[in-house]
Amino acid sequence: MSALIWLAGGIMIVAAVFAVEAKKILDAVIAMSALSLVSVFLFIAMRAPDVAITEASVGAGLVTAVLLVTLFRMKGGDDK
Amino acid sequence: MRRLYAILVGAGLVYMLFAFLGTISPYGNVNLSDRVSAHFLAKDVNSVDASKWVSGDKQIPSKMKVFGKKGFEDGSANVVTSIVVNYRSFDTLGEVTVLFASAVGVGLILGGTRRMRYGRKPNFILRVSTGILLPLIILFGVYIFVHGHLTPGGGFPGGTVIAAAVLLLYLSNEEFSLNMVVSKSLEGSMGSLYVIFGLIGLAVGGAFLFNFLPNGVVGSLFSAGVVPLVYMTIGLKVGSELSGVVAEIHEEREG
Repeated sequence: MSALIWLAGGIMIVAAVFAVEAKKILDAVIAMSALSLVSVFLFIAMRAPDVAITEASVGAGLVTAVLLVTLFRMKGGDDK
Repeated sequence: MRRLYAILVGAGLVYMLFAFLGTISPYGNVNLSDRVSAHFLAKDVNSVDASKWVSGDKQIPSKMKVFGKKGFEDGSANVVTSIVVNYRSFDTLGEVTVLFASAVGVGLILGGTRRMRYGRKPNFILRVSTGILLPLIILFGVYIFVHGHLTPGGGFPGGTVIAAAVLLLYLSNEEFSLNMVVSKSLEGSMGSLYVIFGLIGLAVGGAFLFNFLPNGVVGSLFSAGVVPLVYMTIGLKVGSELSGVVAEIHEEREG
């Protein structure tokens, strides 16, 4: 249980650093989505199901989709 | 090699999901009297008076805590919801206003006349699974905000789930475009209805957004007074609003 929480926190830190340092914007968006997904698991472990549902639908679902659509519209923003 | 990494990451995430779900204690085995106030456990169920529990006329299984006076946490089984809609309802009004302002901004900047096309035929799996999953997703979103006072959830997550269903429609069908008149008018009328509930509370109970309906029995669908009504209006408003945002980022101007 405690090891799982440490593992989730470690994955969150790795994903956050990767999102900052990634060469492609697409990779950064995917890392942000993974960060939100792992934080959902942490909220479940902390007995906060309301926040977990909100984070899953907003953070991991809609924000990722909006960022991806934005990336698609800025054609070529991917190359930088 | 990339495929191997992808399989490993996916398997790890699924393993974490089940591992974390295993940490939730089984249904019915939680000793609620350790966690929440005796007033919350005693409220309105078969008209038990919390003061009798506290003074020892009636026994409850274990030690109990008493916070505040009776009447707090008005009748909803989900304590978070009763705080968000009863104590902090003015905050919720502010959140709705912020969301409205951001939706107006997105509409001003991104509004267009033509639907943006992705320029490729949607995947077969995406098209078929949308047909199967769409009713379930919309039903789940409606369930989240209708049962906001009984189970975890509420207006904002429920509305977001509905907006995700609209996004799925946009991704799976190049021809689909949302009827903006319906979404805008639903959004406006539901936002006004929330303020009207607040004004009725002001007229009946003397405070803006006062909970003016009877609490009923904890656990039934029509309980907790005004909470389910408020969450239905907020859920429909947020759902139509975010659906409108999703529709607007898929629009583009001519030329």
